[in-house]
Amino acid sequence: MTITSPSSAAPASDVDGPFLQVEDLTVTFPTQDGPVQAVKGLSYSVELGKTLGIVGESGSGKSVSSMAVMGLHDAKSSEITGSIRVGGTEVVGLAESRMRKLRGNSMAMIFQDALAALHPFYRVGDQLAEGYAMHHPKASKRDARRRAIEMLDRVGIPQPDRRVDDFPHQFSGGMRQRAMIAMGLINDPSLLIADEPTTALDVTVQAQILDLLQDLQREFNSAVIIITHDLGVIAEMADDVLVMYAGRCVEFGTTKEILTKPEMPYSWGLLSSIPEVGASTDARLIPIPGNPPSLLKPPSGCSFHPRCAHRGKVPGDLCVTELPELTSASNRAGHLKRCHLPNPQEIYQTEVLPEIAPDLAEETR
Amino acid sequence: MSQDPNAKVAVDASEVGANAAETGDRDLSHHTDVVDDHEASRESPDFHALAEHGHVATALDPDAEPIISVDNLKMYFPVKSSGLVRRTVGHVQAVDGVSFQVPRGGSLGLVGESGCGKSTTGRLITRLYTPTGGSMMFEGQDLAKLSNREMRPLRRDVQMIFQDPYTSLNPRHTVGSIVGAPLAVHNVVPKNKILSRVQELLEVVGLNPEHYNRYPNEFSGGQRQRIGIARALTLNPKLLVADEPVSALDVSIQAQVVNLLQDLQKEFDIAFLFIAHDLAVVRHFCPEVAVMYLGKIVEIGDRETIYGHAHHPYTQALLSAVPDVKQAAIGGRRERIRLEGDVPSPINPPSGCRFRTRCQFAQEICAKVEPPLLQIGKRHKVACHFAGELGAHPATPVTTDLLAVDDQGSPVPGATPTNEQLTIPGYEKTWYDLESKQTTGA
Repeated sequence: MTITSPSSAAPASDVDGPFLQVEDLTVTFPTQDGPVQAVKGLSYSVELGKTLGIVGESGSGKSVSSMAVMGLHDAKSSEITGSIRVGGTEVVGLAESRMRKLRGNSMAMIFQDALAALHPFYRVGDQLAEGYAMHHPKASKRDARRRAIEMLDRVGIPQPDRRVDDFPHQFSGGMRQRAMIAMGLINDPSLLIADEPTTALDVTVQAQILDLLQDLQREFNSAVIIITHDLGVIAEMADDVLVMYAGRCVEFGTTKEILTKPEMPYSWGLLSSIPEVGASTDARLIPIPGNPPSLLKPPSGCSFHPRCAHRGKVPGDLCVTELPELTSASNRAGHLKRCHLPNPQEIYQTEVLPEIAPDLAEETR
Repeated sequence: MSQDPNAKVAVDASEVGANAAETGDRDLSHHTDVVDDHEASRESPDFHALAEHGHVATALDPDAEPIISVDNLKMYFPVKSSGLVRRTVGHVQAVDGVSFQVPRGGSLGLVGESGCGKSTTGRLITRLYTPTGGSMMFEGQDLAKLSNREMRPLRRDVQMIFQDPYTSLNPRHTVGSIVGAPLAVHNVVPKNKILSRVQELLEVVGLNPEHYNRYPNEFSGGQRQRIGIARALTLNPKLLVADEPVSALDVSIQAQVVNLLQDLQKEFDIAFLFIAHDLAVVRHFCPEVAVMYLGKIVEIGDRETIYGHAHHPYTQALLSAVPDVKQAAIGGRRERIRLEGDVPSPINPPSGCRFRTRCQFAQEICAKVEPPLLQIGKRHKVACHFAGELGAHPATPVTTDLLAVDDQGSPVPGATPTNEQLTIPGYEKTWYDLESKQTTGA
């Protein structure tokens, strides 16, 4: 394993090591134009009771990697190499019948668009009960229904015994997302993957859902992966952050480290391109130039180099020719970065921070 | 037409188009496919040059004349019964008495939860809907009362940018015909000049003018939104209604588009009605912000007031719900005001104050009397009986004297309402001071 989470000193469970361990994961999709490597050599781990946040633009491989964990890629149209261990079970190459036992039982996923993820023709309660009955063959229909009502109640849906017979379209956006969470948690999974769980929701509802997820995590002591492009959500939810770009991990560290002392220009770009409600009005909004790269023909060397504003500070054309290794960031354990810059901290403090957060820069000076 | 689509055109990054975004390499000689476009520049982009193009938050011009003055605007959508005779059985009060002004060359942000009527307001101003009541004064004409025919010349001046760049562009038209269509419809330029104008516009929004004969599917989300912006700019509008212009885009692209809009605003002096649910983006783009709840404006004011000294419990709840990167980075989290439940149905809104069903300060008066949108500061209006800063809401209603009611909201016999403040679109010179309960001035 190349990544050790800094919090690994305090194991929260009886399982040896982290509950989810992904090592050197590569996902390739053969296409007409050639193979597309959507995820390249990704390694991370999540312990029970901890939350890992994965950030990146669309197409950076954040969803693909977590779908690989869930075993949702069709074996015929994708190639997965590396290792994914969920609670000690190797998932890569696992037979579909055994995968089904794991999926929904010890790991579950919450999708972004709850309206699309719920079946419009079936009642919400029936959809929930199906997941329960599937993994509890001995349970009667009535048990499954009771369990569905219990879960709806747990996620805060009012009058669950009545709403259990509603169709998804009768629910509001926030309630649908709650129903999705209830569905994901109905079998008490130890690993919950939330793929952009709040992107389609209003801020007030988003706050409710995030609070709910945190409460549930505390209650069930599950490992949570939260995939999002909203750094605000990451800041509130995650213990550790994994920044992905073009299929690779480019920076990893604790949330505080990544948000206050990022060392990779792409992370700087993400931070500088979001305005903030509390920031000074003199803060500039600096976008990352260009668009995410095509994975059919990824750029040579560091995949971020065509969009990187700090490339000139690296001697020679190292960025273009050589892929930087994922190495320890300056003198801090557990903070990893993939960048050639020799003095990223200095550049961030003296050049980037004064532009994007003049108030913070003055404080630290 | 002398323009050969395959000719190599040397294009300078124009002042406006040089949005650091797609202004990379425009040398098309080795160009093969759109997929290559991301291969940005051959030389390294410089961070300082990049930072120069990034903008700080737009500043407020307090003396700007209003370009549009919306007064008591209403939009009720009929609800029809089922069956053969479809009688109207009720109304969705999507927008119910909204008043505001957008300053010339300035921008007003409109925020609120989904279903609060902010998009409907935008569509009323562009007259995609005909309002049920109220007026919208634009350059001496009331947009609410014009017929479609009379409206047509004015449509040049009021344009719209839509939220979803994937569904708002016709997939079977080329970019050239999408952006050029308004020119042809309004006969602004001769037919043979359309193309050069289109190319000029594409350049302004930071796209390669050579791409006019491509289809929308060949572009990325951010580029498509630029096409939508170019289309809105075609007729040199004076007012742009931007309905969630960046919410469908990736974070890094959002900043590009917001910067582009700021560039355009400065360059062409366009006024913006900026509708969004992202409070941070609105804060950056709009010096003035209106907060809507269930068809009404509950609070309106300048940026510093709304984000720093909000007086309405709903605004405070909205702001507390926004995740804050810096707070969390330092550790700890702001106290969050939880709003219970969902927005009530606009078909049958609560009596009195519409927010009272979810408000922690609600008392009897809130159910009986609707709070007026009261001006309580130089550029600050709020509609709440218990208006006050967070943690300092008064124990007794502040509006009783004005409305001639007692603390429970029942009319006081003999007393006459002293509320001289009619809800006008702009701001009065004098306002009602919450501390002294007197009308004061600057």
